[in-house]
Amino acid sequence: MAKEVVLMKGNEAIARAAIRIGVDGYFGYPITPQSEVLETLAEEKPWETTGMVVIQAESEVAAINMVYGGAGAGKMVMTSSSSPGVSLKQEGISYIAGAELPCLIVNVMRGGPGLGTIQPSQADYFQTVKGGGHGDYRLIALAPASVQEMADFVGLGFELAFKYRNPAIILADGVIGQMMEKVILPEQKKRLTDEEVLARCPWAATGKNKNRKPNIITSLELDPAEMEKRNINLQKKYAEIQENEVRFEEVECEDAEYLIVAFGSSARIAQKAMETARAEGIKVGLLRPITLWPFPSKAIAERAKQVKGILSVELNAGQMVEDVRLAVECKVPVEYFGRLGGIVPDPDEVVAALKEKLIK
Amino acid sequence: MTKEEIIKAENLVYKKPTLMNDNPMHYCPGCSHGVVHKLIAEVIEEMGMEDKTVGVSPVGCAVFAYNYLDIDWEEAAHGRAPAVATAIKRLWPDRLVFTYQGDGDLACIGTAETIHALNRGENITIIFINNAIYGMTGGQMAPTTLVGMKTATCPYGRDVTIHGYPLKMTEIAATLEGTAYVTRQSVQSVAAIRKAKKAIRKAFENSMQGKGSNLVEIVSTCNSGWKMSPAASNQWMEEHMFPFYPLGDLKDKE
Repeated sequence: MAKEVVLMKGNEAIARAAIRIGVDGYFGYPITPQSEVLETLAEEKPWETTGMVVIQAESEVAAINMVYGGAGAGKMVMTSSSSPGVSLKQEGISYIAGAELPCLIVNVMRGGPGLGTIQPSQADYFQTVKGGGHGDYRLIALAPASVQEMADFVGLGFELAFKYRNPAIILADGVIGQMMEKVILPEQKKRLTDEEVLARCPWAATGKNKNRKPNIITSLELDPAEMEKRNINLQKKYAEIQENEVRFEEVECEDAEYLIVAFGSSARIAQKAMETARAEGIKVGLLRPITLWPFPSKAIAERAKQVKGILSVELNAGQMVEDVRLAVECKVPVEYFGRLGGIVPDPDEVVAALKEKLIK
Repeated sequence: MTKEEIIKAENLVYKKPTLMNDNPMHYCPGCSHGVVHKLIAEVIEEMGMEDKTVGVSPVGCAVFAYNYLDIDWEEAAHGRAPAVATAIKRLWPDRLVFTYQGDGDLACIGTAETIHALNRGENITIIFINNAIYGMTGGQMAPTTLVGMKTATCPYGRDVTIHGYPLKMTEIAATLEGTAYVTRQSVQSVAAIRKAKKAIRKAFENSMQGKGSNLVEIVSTCNSGWKMSPAASNQWMEEHMFPFYPLGDLKDKE
């Protein structure tokens, strides 16, 4: 049977995919430009079909702590928000990472700093991949560039989160959240039964039976020697994730003399710019990181051997460009082009920047 | 009488609840926490809910509650226990879920989480230890510190012109539609301990029967923070705390 192709917004795709893959709980708070996630769930009433719990929390802080509670009890739980709301969630995200709990967070970025604008931005790159909250921790960060990937990364995010007992985040932006595209949603699955949850998460706090010790979900350890051990174990896990889970897409890189690196909606614009440049005879390739952490450093370093220069295109003041430069180790020039505060650049601006900064 | 004769079953007048383990408590001698921990352990055992209970511990002196009661626990960020408990209970509706929070955790940094979880009528119980001071951090002013009471951050006494008034969270909770049972108890005497245990039992039963949210405040002592002996603390609590925080049921939606 042919799969049904439907037209919807990226935010709606997140909500519908969550219901279909059998998410147990969603906890959120309204904020533009991602309120359609909670609205779609409220309209769909999954508590009557799959049994999924949906709560509009009193704050972003409460929502992320509900995620902590649900994740600590072994369930598939998620939240979504936009930049200022995600800042509020940082404490909870740090606790979730510290307690090694699986969950999914969605950030549909808007321009900042502060209350900023409701227009699209990618200015939360640093917050997402360099920390955000306190302590040495990492999030598995997925950057969708289409409505289809919004739907697909809900499942992928949970898969990786449970595989590594680590929070995963979908870092989208207002463009991807708000635009409508065709999408094939995942098949409707049943939620795990309580028995299946207990089998998958023997560490979860669900009520202690007589055959085991109490399960305690905590990030607290006052003994510094023990705390260092916990940290070292976390770093081992992060190294494993870096080894196994890097995802990226390359477009027309084989003969490229110049490379654009861009993620999310920037990659869509960059791809158009690439096509324009190629029509003019400039051999440009596009490398789109899909995982922002772990970052595709090796792939970029490999391409740096063949190209004359790299342009990092971002909807921010130049954040990912730092990671590109680290990957390239000064072997070729790495430049940045971006627009700020909710402005989305035209592909021609990208082509002009490529010429001006790298070709001259 | 030999020891063997004394420990015969028919002579048994007191037994430590089996859910209480032998870990040495970090609480100061004379502190109310130990008694309340024991009451919770007894009630869980008497209800036969040992394998179906999840506790949520706070940030504050009771952060390590999970070291003493052999049940499953989640340790919450400061003030967020009611949000954590909300999700656990909604996702595992047949579990007994309670939070255990101090006054700073519940009535200050977690005011929003507390009020909204109670007002949503979450089928959980919040145990609220009110000793009018921040114990864990060394005796600073709490939202419930009495007017005139001296702490490390109001060393000349709580002055309403500077610090505002102590907050009666339990009275607020009683006005919320979502609450089923709201009560204020204490554990300074055998009679008070028995009443407090009954209150905890009622709250736990309510939360399992889906009656709504439950708040059990225990007016408590912090003899280290108050800089008094345990006995003097109990007396001071009766003379100063009880007039401002009167004991008894504030709401009982039977």
